[in-house]
Amino acid sequence: MSVEFLYPEFEVIRNSDRCIACRVCERQCANEVHSFDPARGIMKSDESKCVNCQRCVSLCPTRALKIVKTDCTLRENCNWQNDTIREVYKQSNSGGVLLSSMGNPKPMPVYWDKMLINASQVTNPPIDPLREPMETKVFLGKKPGKIEKDKDGNIINNMPPQIELTMPVMFSAMSYGSISYNAHASLARAAEELGIIYNTGEGGLHEDFYKFGKNTIVQVASGRFGVHEDYLNAGAAIEIKMGQGAKPGIGGHLPGEKIVGDISRTRMIPEGSDAISPAPHHDIYSIEDLRQLVYSLKEATEYKKPVIVKVAAVHNIAAIASGIARSGADIIAIDGFRGGTGAAPTHIRDNVGIPIELALAAVDSRLRDEGIRNNVSLIAGGSVRSASDVVKAIALGADACYIATAALLALGCHLCRTCQSGRCNWGIATQKPELVKRLNPDIGSQRLVNLMNAWRHEIKEIMGGMGINSIEALKGNRLMLRGIGLNSKELEILGISHAGE
Amino acid sequence: MDKFVIIGNGVAAAGCIEGIRSTGNKGKITVISAEKHGVYCRPLISYYLEDKTDTERMKYRDDGFYEENNCDVIYAEAVKIDKKNSSVILDNGETVPYSKLCVAAGSSPFIPSFDGIETVEKKFSFMTLDDALTLKKELSSDKDVLIIGAGLIGLKCAEGIYGKVRSITVCDLADRILSSILDEDCAKIMQSHLESRGIKIMTGDSAVRFEGKKAVMKSGKTVEFDILVIAVGVRPNTSLIKDIGGNVNRGIAVGSNCETSVENIYAAGDCTECTDISDGKSKVIAIMPNAYIQGFTAGVNMAGGNAEFDNAVPMNSIGFFGLHAMTAGSYGGSMYEEKSEGRIKRLFTENDRLTGFMLIGYTERAGIYTSLIREKTPLSSLDFDALRNVADFTSFPAESRRHSFGGEV
Amino acid sequence: MRRVYVNEEWCLGCHLCEYNCAFANSGLKDMADALRGKPIFPRIHIEGNEKVSYAVSCRHCTDPICVKSCIAGAISKSDGVVKIDKNKCVGCMTCVLVCPYGALALNEDGVMQKCELCTQNSDGEPACVRGCPNKAIVFEER
Repeated sequence: MSVEFLYPEFEVIRNSDRCIACRVCERQCANEVHSFDPARGIMKSDESKCVNCQRCVSLCPTRALKIVKTDCTLRENCNWQNDTIREVYKQSNSGGVLLSSMGNPKPMPVYWDKMLINASQVTNPPIDPLREPMETKVFLGKKPGKIEKDKDGNIINNMPPQIELTMPVMFSAMSYGSISYNAHASLARAAEELGIIYNTGEGGLHEDFYKFGKNTIVQVASGRFGVHEDYLNAGAAIEIKMGQGAKPGIGGHLPGEKIVGDISRTRMIPEGSDAISPAPHHDIYSIEDLRQLVYSLKEATEYKKPVIVKVAAVHNIAAIASGIARSGADIIAIDGFRGGTGAAPTHIRDNVGIPIELALAAVDSRLRDEGIRNNVSLIAGGSVRSASDVVKAIALGADACYIATAALLALGCHLCRTCQSGRCNWGIATQKPELVKRLNPDIGSQRLVNLMNAWRHEIKEIMGGMGINSIEALKGNRLMLRGIGLNSKELEILGISHAGE
Repeated sequence: MDKFVIIGNGVAAAGCIEGIRSTGNKGKITVISAEKHGVYCRPLISYYLEDKTDTERMKYRDDGFYEENNCDVIYAEAVKIDKKNSSVILDNGETVPYSKLCVAAGSSPFIPSFDGIETVEKKFSFMTLDDALTLKKELSSDKDVLIIGAGLIGLKCAEGIYGKVRSITVCDLADRILSSILDEDCAKIMQSHLESRGIKIMTGDSAVRFEGKKAVMKSGKTVEFDILVIAVGVRPNTSLIKDIGGNVNRGIAVGSNCETSVENIYAAGDCTECTDISDGKSKVIAIMPNAYIQGFTAGVNMAGGNAEFDNAVPMNSIGFFGLHAMTAGSYGGSMYEEKSEGRIKRLFTENDRLTGFMLIGYTERAGIYTSLIREKTPLSSLDFDALRNVADFTSFPAESRRHSFGGEV
Repeated sequence: MRRVYVNEEWCLGCHLCEYNCAFANSGLKDMADALRGKPIFPRIHIEGNEKVSYAVSCRHCTDPICVKSCIAGAISKSDGVVKIDKNKCVGCMTCVLVCPYGALALNEDGVMQKCELCTQNSDGEPACVRGCPNKAIVFEER
């Protein structure tokens, strides 16, 4: 205590007029915040353990609970703010690297919110999506540069392998291990029902999910966990993970205690061994090296699967993307710095990388300028939060978006940002069987389907308003965007005019 | 057209009627009722004395029961079956022809001969609603009651009149109370519970002679009383079948289809005996569940259907002043016991099967144990060490549990 | 015929079904008023251990032995629902002795109670099902 003491961040407020002491809060809190005092017949709380995941609040049948941010105040100032002071205290206590989960919470600019979408008035009519067809289907992959004909004049089908999506949204990579079996089952089932794609992440593909292959992207990351021939051939596409928006330049570390049973089998590593994904791919130090891996994977899959290269959005992303586009990759996925993670060093998550909006615009412009835009499709990820974010991303030049945090929210995640503890009360970021079972994929997949269907409706409405009836016609159509409150450099990079212009 | 006749108007008869109608058979049904009441719940007569129920609520079926099922009820006693003419002769001289007959004649109280019994003015059996109605009129707080017989009926009667009379003494020749269902240790627990309420209990002793309001006991003691209740036991009413040469042991012998040895004649309820699945012996199992199921089985078969009742288990659930005893099956083999103050659980197992149990206090979810006896479940197929401790489904294999709660049963 | 099915794979052992049941049958409008500071008498209960849990309530058997065994004629089955007439029940517990599932128990008044699929209260459909946070109890046609 004394100098080590940190006042709890949250307080549990229990309305004793409503509490019926049913103890559901106690049973549902893996952090053991709540307890029952049999002598007094009342519930008690130890808020020092509370992470504000809202599980107890959500399940309390009488709405007797709420969690509030404590108003116990440190003497902060504009420079030394509460979080900064607390971090120093924590590190002085522990001597360790601070770990965090999910996306960057800092007040960095969110460019999605500084761009406005156009609508048709008078001179060109809007389209009513309830009355007229509206195409949300997209194909991802390299597009052929020219039409080839055989000696009889028939067109030769020279289309490289493509990913077909019913809407321009995919669930991005989250490994089995970082999230639970039931979370994967929910994503896989929803992707199948929606006609979109989910992504295995770097943890391999559980044998139960091979049947969802046509809705699966299998990932090959620096640890090569769970990679084998059947795995590569199981999915609709292969993704080489070079980096992740939340922690560019950093590898991954799934501690040995989480490598149990199915996870060890799926990752193809012994139970109890740490799963360490190195920061670099040890065989990739150049675009030429990357090209070798791309073609190794294409060889292994007989050139039937598109290959995606996923990189974090960093400073010279445009040049990097240009290199990738020339490496033989079919698709480039760019992950912005607000993207989520199961665990990352806090200061890397919060300070490394650049926003997806700027990276996407820069890459799209660069590839166009170099005349190689059609060599690849572009996927934008790293905090795409809504249908309007998707529409803006497409207009900036993306072919499709990756979403993960929004998908987890649909599954019940309350963004408590303590995935690294392994005690996810919503059964998502945990491998404890008693917690994993809290996520019933019947419910989870239905909620994902609901969310995506809602977005699809909204995307159609927004496109209709612009007088656009297909995603293809929206793609890279930056005239549909205007900046608000942005400086001229930002507008220049985004390639858009300011509102009013 | 079928002519169904049922002798008796108890629960077995009600089961028989519902069994016949369950097949869709619309044949005429005639019920011959010796008691002048519609079918009622006979075990409730003690609750009636206790004012926990009344004659209206004691009705086993609604008033419209006979009409809805198209039954004629004749209030008379069947004195004889005329096998040759397929008819039943009644005490009023009428004859009732049948194509199929069900004897559900029940049982009658057994009254041993006591010297001087004729000198006792107020003496009762405790079996029928009429017994209860007449007894109730006699009850008052200045009366002492002697009950002969500390079995289920005698003790239920004691509970029923408790608080309405000055004193209650119960005696029984057996060395313990409830000797038909409890062993010595279990009986002791129940006995002290009853005695704590002020009921006097004399075991291994019974009246041998009466002199007006005084009973002279076998031990030489005397008991003064105002009201005498004789609840020594009951005898199955088998004479109708015996008289025409049908197979009768202690009760009327019936097969698993409830047919007697006499053509077109079935029997059900307390007048019959059937095989106890827990020990394979044929015996009279005079309990209500049995009566209904036998009656129903007989009814279905009488109507041309196909029904069998081959898993009878003797069982009893009986409570006195808040302490409940449940027993089932037979008590051979090895015994598992659990005990705490005023409560006891004894389970009997043999050849990997549960064969019987006695539970006092520990009665939660006892049906799970009963079902093990009835279904002859191999105990090795479940975690019996856990199950004997707590009756619930965690000790069952997941597959059977999923079927029980996630399937149709 | 819709039935209640229990899927132990999804049961969290949270016991909410018990409280929702007790509330639904309390006749009161507010759960806190109905259940605060008193023992509850639900018609459903959770069994289990650290590994497995599941809810137990009346299975509304095709051929219910409780109906045949009730010495008071208080239990009947109609429209797929096994019901108990509390007025007729004297609390002899023969139904407890015969029910293979352990689905009946005494209520606060000393007579038996059992799940009647919320057909006899104002809920209209099983409150345990509606309140189950993980669809471990469902009411459906199969």
